[in-house]
Amino acid sequence: METASVINRRNFLKKSAAGGVALVIGFHLRSSTFADQAQEQEKKPVNPFDAWVRVTPDNRVTLILGKSEMGQGIMTALPMILAEELCVDWRQVKVEQAPTNPKIYDHGTGGSGSVSGSWLPLRRAGASAREMLVSAAAQRWNASRDTCKAQDGGVLHGARKNFLTYGELVEDAAKLPIPDFNTVPLKNPDDFTIVGRDTRRFESRDKATGAAKFGLDSRVPGMLYAVIARCPVFGGKVKSFDAAKAKAVPGVRDVFAIDPVGQGAFTAGGVAVLAENSWAAMQGCKALQITWDEGSAASESSDSLRKQFLDNATKPGKIVRNDGDADTALSGAAKKTEATYEFPFAAHATMEPMNCAVYIQADHAEAWIPTQAPQWAQGVIAQTAKLPPEKVIVHTTLMGGGFGRRYQADFVMEAAQVAKAAGKPVMVLWTREDDMQHDFYRPASYHKLSGVLDAQGNLAAWKHFQTSTSIEAMWNPKGEETPEKSEFATAAFIPYQTPNYRIEYALAKSSVPRAWWRSVEHSTSGFVVESFVDELAKAADADPLEFRLRLIGDDRRIPDFTNPKENKPLNTARLKGVLRLAAEKAGWGKPLPKGVARGIAGYYSFESYTAAVAEVGVKNGGVKVHRLVYAVDCGRPINAEGIRAQVESAAIYGLSAALHDAITIQGGRVEQSNFHDYQMPRISETPKTEVHVIMSKEEPTGIGEPGLPVVVPAVCNAIFAASGKRIHRLPIRAEDLA
Amino acid sequence: MAISFTLNGKPQSVDVSPDMPLLWVLRDTLNMTGTKFGCGMALCGACTVHINGEATRSCITTISSVAGKKITTIEGLSAGGSHPVQQAWMEEDVPQCGYCQSGQIMSAVALLSKKPNPTDADIDDAMSGNICRCGTYQRIRKAIHRAASMQPGKAKSAA
Repeated sequence: METASVINRRNFLKKSAAGGVALVIGFHLRSSTFADQAQEQEKKPVNPFDAWVRVTPDNRVTLILGKSEMGQGIMTALPMILAEELCVDWRQVKVEQAPTNPKIYDHGTGGSGSVSGSWLPLRRAGASAREMLVSAAAQRWNASRDTCKAQDGGVLHGARKNFLTYGELVEDAAKLPIPDFNTVPLKNPDDFTIVGRDTRRFESRDKATGAAKFGLDSRVPGMLYAVIARCPVFGGKVKSFDAAKAKAVPGVRDVFAIDPVGQGAFTAGGVAVLAENSWAAMQGCKALQITWDEGSAASESSDSLRKQFLDNATKPGKIVRNDGDADTALSGAAKKTEATYEFPFAAHATMEPMNCAVYIQADHAEAWIPTQAPQWAQGVIAQTAKLPPEKVIVHTTLMGGGFGRRYQADFVMEAAQVAKAAGKPVMVLWTREDDMQHDFYRPASYHKLSGVLDAQGNLAAWKHFQTSTSIEAMWNPKGEETPEKSEFATAAFIPYQTPNYRIEYALAKSSVPRAWWRSVEHSTSGFVVESFVDELAKAADADPLEFRLRLIGDDRRIPDFTNPKENKPLNTARLKGVLRLAAEKAGWGKPLPKGVARGIAGYYSFESYTAAVAEVGVKNGGVKVHRLVYAVDCGRPINAEGIRAQVESAAIYGLSAALHDAITIQGGRVEQSNFHDYQMPRISETPKTEVHVIMSKEEPTGIGEPGLPVVVPAVCNAIFAASGKRIHRLPIRAEDLA
Repeated sequence: MAISFTLNGKPQSVDVSPDMPLLWVLRDTLNMTGTKFGCGMALCGACTVHINGEATRSCITTISSVAGKKITTIEGLSAGGSHPVQQAWMEEDVPQCGYCQSGQIMSAVALLSKKPNPTDADIDDAMSGNICRCGTYQRIRKAIHRAASMQPGKAKSAA
């Protein structure tokens, strides 16, 4: 039985669906409680007309979205699945955000899991609604069900003589018995007319006209705006403060302190300034005079962390995986390849800074939140307001980016605290500086790789030592479980065959908050594995593509070493498929202009397969990425247009970490504050990007994140091919190209 | 003291602190939330509006400085999204999260009013002040070319 302390993200998503409140209070309960609840919820038959489908008498069909839209296109992809089984015309369809109700919906949106996790449940829900509508029509006509057929938002009987729209049938249909979800007939995929068709984003118009409402656009009558001054040093607290100058700012209504909340929400606490508008709140916040108790983290810096990394790297780490005897193979080798790779902390930097509007009243509360985890938010507010969760109405708004940042509940907890104290509706908004300096960062890490090839050019040994600040150690401070496996992700089961495979890990201590940044550990593991295999290819004097294909070898399924129980193995045939397709489409091996070269990378993450070929020029200490060619296999494409958009997006997000992003620490605080010192890629740096989607018939899998892990190694491998310079630390620095 | 200006073609008067940025007047005083807050330092372009036809970052523009001027926001660009740039944005399926897109569109409209047929380099110059964290830049480029071809008197060639 797993324990509650195993908070890797996949488990976390599952548990948080059921146990929002408990997660905030702490991870002390046995998680089997959560797991059982979650499974029970999945089993419980829900009338699809109560949960998923609403049909009005005028035959408008509203499909309910149980996940959060943060730009990944889920507001289009999931309704397409429902609409397909329901047999409606896509143009008939409207989409509405579900109310927060964990008893019906599995709200948590993350881990690139929405499509894979919803595929079957939504097909069953749509099919159940369809079957109930068909039954209602058959009863109306006193005809056999077999002679009735669902089509274009209605039921047809005979040779187009009798047709009833869903609008005419829904009242009767909703009262019929709910079909057994396990046996309800699903459409033959060959008959799909919506799934698999390139479909424009449902909410494009609203996003092109300014009508789309994000969290920060929430307006509640009588609402005040609040900005919070947090201790810049992680873990620091308010010692004392003088609010006189803040209160003198026109429009400021109140100033008070809020307490930090520990394990779970991880808020910093601080001093809240409430005002009539955002600007006054910001000005009031600047006018505060606060003395901080900076606490023990004040001595931490990026330099001290690096010293810790280097010190850890001189000692053996904890053994995570040990096949054969890599140490002997390496020590006896005449020629081995060694490399280190370093990553800084990285911030999410969603375009819409964190914010949350809450109104707590005596017997209920209401909140407007751009959140990936509305059920967790509901629990946080309920806990703070001392209300049962069902008395907290959470409106999930559109999100101006999520990337994992909005899975957190810190910004919700703060807003609940401020709203509770204020007794009025309050919007707590974060400035860009707040957002940059109080994020949950992608961990910093240091990797040491050693490999050796035998006389035939086979991989005789692969050794990977990692020391990192670890997400798991943050969320699982008791260390009851082994966080190491998830820190490696696919680096713990590389597709390159070797008899001697050793992985070691050492935890580095840090006060800097860490959590899930787009593609999480894959963002670093993809770079390490795909850079080092390129170095080995060079050592073998082999073509990087041919070398990879040869080391991958036969078609086989490699168990996920980090999570064997889930039985989601890496299928080498599919990995080779994307590598070959990307290479072919990119013109691998064909001549390029002087100073420009190609690099390749392929990787498995979130059950999907991606490969990228980058064409990169290196000149005068600068890098120009000219072209990216992707091949992706994420199973049956629901909406290939949406898949292409996600991969284009992940490419730029990944490039941000290669070309610009570094969060550095000095005096226990983040040194960067805004987009002048934490640069984002701009349109001028955007390569021409092609995404080739494999028209697979496998089950659909994730695509919000898998585009990311391959882009940086592909670019850096191209840098090596163009200049002979191997990138061993990110972001890429001019001196590393010289 | 009341400050008057023209907002999306209509006279508008507000009585707020004169140093309050236009962004917050639009969003909090007038509840016009189409214009977005991203950085507060004119670094990201999410707050872009037109002041007398010029693309301007409203987050650092004090309300007192716009007295008597003509301001256009995303809400005033067209009725129901009929502007060619908005149409092109929909046709190229540009937005992802969509948060930066009001600002992107306002910058693109200003560009096209000066250069009806921009080159890629013109687009880079005019649009580099607008960050998109979803990385929709490639589609933004396509949409600007498409909008250029959709303007009156232009052949409807694929850009």
